[in-house]
Amino acid sequence: MTDATSQTRHIPDRLHSRLYATLRSWEALLLAVAVAIFIVNSFTSPYFLNAWNLSDATFNFTEKAMIAFAMALLIIAGEIDLSVASIIALASTAMGFAAQYGAGTPELVIIGLTVGLLCGAFNAFFVTVLGLPSIVVTIGTMSLFRGISFIILGDGAYRGYPADFAWFGQGYVFWVITVEMVLFVIIAVIYGVLLHKTNFGRAVYAIGNNPTGALFSGIRVQRVKFILFLLTGLMSGVAAICLTSRLGSTRPSIATGMELEVVTMVVLGGVNILGGSGSIPGVVIAAFVMGLVTFGLGLLNVPGIVMSIFIGLLLIGVIALPRLWTMIAARRAKP
Amino acid sequence: MLPRFLPVRETILSVAILALLLLISTRFSGFIAPANLANVFNDTAPLIILALGQMVVILTRCIDLSVAANLALTGMVVAMINVALPGLPIPVIIAIAILLGALMGAVNGLLVWKLAIPPIVVTLGTMTIFRGIIFLISDGKWVNAHEMSSAFTGFPRAAVLGLPVLSWVAVLTVIIFGIMMARTSLGRSIFAVGGNPHAAVYTGIDVGKTQFLAFVLSGALAGLTGYLWVARYAVAYVDIAGGFELEVVAACVIGGISIAGGIGSVGGAVLGALFLGVVKNALPVVNISPFWQLAISGSAILIAVAFNARAGKAKGRIILKSAEAST
Repeated sequence: MTDATSQTRHIPDRLHSRLYATLRSWEALLLAVAVAIFIVNSFTSPYFLNAWNLSDATFNFTEKAMIAFAMALLIIAGEIDLSVASIIALASTAMGFAAQYGAGTPELVIIGLTVGLLCGAFNAFFVTVLGLPSIVVTIGTMSLFRGISFIILGDGAYRGYPADFAWFGQGYVFWVITVEMVLFVIIAVIYGVLLHKTNFGRAVYAIGNNPTGALFSGIRVQRVKFILFLLTGLMSGVAAICLTSRLGSTRPSIATGMELEVVTMVVLGGVNILGGSGSIPGVVIAAFVMGLVTFGLGLLNVPGIVMSIFIGLLLIGVIALPRLWTMIAARRAKP
Repeated sequence: MLPRFLPVRETILSVAILALLLLISTRFSGFIAPANLANVFNDTAPLIILALGQMVVILTRCIDLSVAANLALTGMVVAMINVALPGLPIPVIIAIAILLGALMGAVNGLLVWKLAIPPIVVTLGTMTIFRGIIFLISDGKWVNAHEMSSAFTGFPRAAVLGLPVLSWVAVLTVIIFGIMMARTSLGRSIFAVGGNPHAAVYTGIDVGKTQFLAFVLSGALAGLTGYLWVARYAVAYVDIAGGFELEVVAACVIGGISIAGGIGSVGGAVLGALFLGVVKNALPVVNISPFWQLAISGSAILIAVAFNARAGKAKGRIILKSAEAST
């Protein structure tokens, strides 16, 4: 019987050429979409092709993309973290609290990163140690983390951050290149190497494809997942520093709904929401696509909530269209 | 094992609610007066109705995060219909609300059924789309009390046998769902699909279709609640019931409905909703800032889900049948 099954299944000893595979890949399609949006935008608005405007536009995605890289690894490993926006709220509140007592920029950065890590560890504890489903745990912590911010701040706000703290969100490294943009590139490279070039990355894919198989091949599944939640928390801390620095104030409602945009970015980047496949370059291009779409619509005076319709349609559309396509193709193939 | 376990968890939850009520009454004895308890129940009625719809969806291994947006969109549509046609009778309004809600549920259901997109992605997407549509149709404006007809706003508050209609709708929904889950083939298939989808297929149940029907039910209830909500508070705008979907999921999780599907009961969902309702109404009474609400429901979800997992922990995979038999 094993013979019969292995014979009927055709296993090519060589896959398509690398160029062919690249051209047909999701990333190539996405890149084409990004270029198309860029061209359309530059025709519809005279303000689009301006180095400073484009530089401002990068703020639309840099903070979200930082989290999206860590989230991509988490989703590839078959888990999800819906509490990222609430971690931003809590980290930002903690930084604001410390700033009231005269904490300097280095302390604020350490506090932001530490709170992010702690929140990540909290999620990780429930998921990996207690073995609970990450969707429910992070829906719970989504309320809990932001809830703590509300308890601390109520309807108030923290202002009065040190002047040099503004560097992260408002600073420029060179000409129109923002600090956030540089951070985005560095983090993208780190995560790209981590996922695609290290044993850890292979373990992430293995866990997403078959956690039991991964366990039996000697991967410490729970430990890898624990680290992934820590990384997502840490990235939320980094995003919290950038966002707080850019806005210069903290309210408990900061970054509301950002988890949706982060997940959309990851899924748009070609990461399978069920785990097991995806790539960092895909997420990078998806970040640019989302940034360009929201910036282009913004130039056309489309209100934010209407943009969210596009984001929602994008999220469902990118998953639905390929499936619809294969369904139609399969129906046609039948006589 | 299942029927033996469920009443235990409902008893625990009932005891917890009673203990909570006693605790509050030591600080403020008026809280447990029958009239106030009726108020608390009435205030919790929308949560109970939505929790029942969510329960059905979660039982089939799905999740519906779009209920609050569905509620808000339906509420806005019926409010605008009421402004345009003040003479339209309330039963027609209710029918429109239920149909519109069911239609939005059907959109979720079709995407899950026909395209096999994970429910969390579908409903996260439709959640923002529905909210966006409210902005588009209302232009961001509010529909205020004075624009609505008195019949429209009066219906949920009209007292029948001492309780407002809103409460009676919740009671009726609980009864209908109790009968449906226990006595109809749809109810049984919902449990079967969540308990073991493969086995469900072999017994002739269409898994996708059952999930679709669950989404339609959840949507219909969200639509109905949309009308009741807007009429009760006599206002409709883009952000009504913002974040309410989390409270609905919380009620289900607290009520012992397993997020992995197949385990749960109508009684559990109702008690979970009542627990949250009592906490919410007690906070101002015992002088705790309402800003605590969010953190408390978050903690309640975590504690409940940790508790569920402990109680219903699956045994390890059996590798040696003989070894298992000998123990």
